[in-house]
Amino acid sequence: MISTSLPLIEVQGLGHGYVMAGELMTVLHEVTFKIYHGEFVAIIGPSGSGKSTLMNMLGCLDVANDGTYLLDGQNVRELSDNKLATIRNEKIGFIFQQFNLLPKLSAYENVELPLIYRNLPHKERKKAVEESLRIVGLESRMHHRPSELSGGQQQRVAIARAIAGSPPLLLADEPTGALDSKTGIEVMEKMKELNALGHTILIITHDLSIAEQAKRVIRIQDGKIVEDRGSQE
Amino acid sequence: MNLLQSMKMAWKSISGSKVRAFLTMLGIIIGVSSVITLVSAGQGTTSQITAQLEGLGTDLLTVSIMGRGSSSSLTLEEAIDLADLEGVANVSPVISGSVTAKKGTTNDSLSVEGITPSYEEVQDFHIQAGRYIVDLDNSFRMKVALIGTEAAATFFGTENPVNQTLQLNGVSFKIVGLLESKGSSLTASNDNKLLIPISTAERFLRSPGVRSITVQVEDTNQIDRVKSQLEAALDKKFLNADNAYNIFNSQEMLDTLNSTTQMLSLALGGIAGISLLVGGIGIMNIMLVSVSERTREIGVRKAIGAKQRDILTQFLVESIALSGFGGLVGIGLGYGASALIGQYSELSTSVSAPVVAFSFGFSLFIGVVFGMIPAYKAAKLRPIYALRTD
Repeated sequence: MISTSLPLIEVQGLGHGYVMAGELMTVLHEVTFKIYHGEFVAIIGPSGSGKSTLMNMLGCLDVANDGTYLLDGQNVRELSDNKLATIRNEKIGFIFQQFNLLPKLSAYENVELPLIYRNLPHKERKKAVEESLRIVGLESRMHHRPSELSGGQQQRVAIARAIAGSPPLLLADEPTGALDSKTGIEVMEKMKELNALGHTILIITHDLSIAEQAKRVIRIQDGKIVEDRGSQE
Repeated sequence: MNLLQSMKMAWKSISGSKVRAFLTMLGIIIGVSSVITLVSAGQGTTSQITAQLEGLGTDLLTVSIMGRGSSSSLTLEEAIDLADLEGVANVSPVISGSVTAKKGTTNDSLSVEGITPSYEEVQDFHIQAGRYIVDLDNSFRMKVALIGTEAAATFFGTENPVNQTLQLNGVSFKIVGLLESKGSSLTASNDNKLLIPISTAERFLRSPGVRSITVQVEDTNQIDRVKSQLEAALDKKFLNADNAYNIFNSQEMLDTLNSTTQMLSLALGGIAGISLLVGGIGIMNIMLVSVSERTREIGVRKAIGAKQRDILTQFLVESIALSGFGGLVGIGLGYGASALIGQYSELSTSVSAPVVAFSFGFSLFIGVVFGMIPAYKAAKLRPIYALRTD
């Protein structure tokens, strides 16, 4: 998984826009940056700055109109929908603001889900699920449903789900946005621990105090990068 | 993702909303059970009627003479001569009427048939005591009679009727034989009648000439050839007049009846099939609702790596599970309802395996067809749209 010479993410001249009421709205404009393995990056910007669109692009949930995006050396534009699904499954772990756990499944089953889609045999799944729940400290609550867990615990289940398949990139969209400040800090501590374990982490946020805990901060405004602080280059 | 996982997911989703799942399946349950019940009632009735008709004998031709002008019947000799036609095994002319029978203070109206000895073989109607009518009875116009079991019980109770006498319209007849019990045919009771020699009947009933002849053929396969020979002979006798006679073949009637009841079964099955179709639309409706309710779930699944095929399979398996399980419950109910109908009504029912298999297969098919549109809709959802939806 570690190939330090090659960037994990390489974005070159990324541009995107929507046609709204007959007018072209530019959301992203000439966005260019690289992220290497093991980095802890925050992308910060006010709402409407285009950071959510950027997050969708980086998460392979959508493909940009212009520019190139290489994820682990692979050009995303050339991939079919099914191939994109495989990339999301193997390369990216998502952590959402609203947790997005499936309410009818237990914590264990939620964490297991990406491994089911990867067609792993039952034994390997069990091992990986229990390991990642242990990392987030929820091994005792693995058979509880999300509704029986606190917000902080739910987000930790979501983190466990994101790391269960050991993807090279963890993509977190406002991971503390729905939590009170105390549990928010706990979740951020968890993220730092994971980074220390070697996971590459990309957090998207509008909260400066969150962004400042990252090693590198990319500031985005009106669809353009206005600041890139702490870059390795 | 393999099929087992899809089934597990479908089971979770169905068991998570049991009332809704049950109501959704209800359409299929009612459809399948009514297909099975109605068709089995139809088929049961068909086989019942078929059995009765086959009892009439498929090697028999029944000739009814209406006649033309003054010649409204055949003479006894002409009727018996029909036996000389090729392929005819036996001819049994019958003159029928009804009489008032009296024995002591017991009075009753009985039907009487004048017969020849060949009646026994042609109608497969034998005696259990005494003797049959013989040719000699006909030659001498003997006043003898065979009595059916029901009539015997009326007049003689538990006594042996053989060698007793009975007054028919005031004339004494000697009972020479007791017929065996045959039960009712389609038309009338076979056991509440008297058989007397045909020559006696001609005089006694004041009914000269034969209007009803039953012809037995040597070989069932030759029945059509014998029929056309009979037609030729009778056309000659009645100078090609229209409607002078009618030849009835129980096989023909069987065929007509079979096609009628088959139509009936089809119509009943068709109506029930429509309710199955309506049940399928119910499934599609609920699956469409389910897809829009679970848009966010679909988005999450896609974000963590579910392919279009995975989502498609998940929803398709869910709708097939609903229709398939509904089908199974429907089969159980259908069996139960058929058994109840067979038990507590005049109708006889027979549940046939092909109908069960067909209706179950059809319900699965409906699950696939009506599940396809919602499943396809779910599979095609774009993940960013699906994630944004609450």
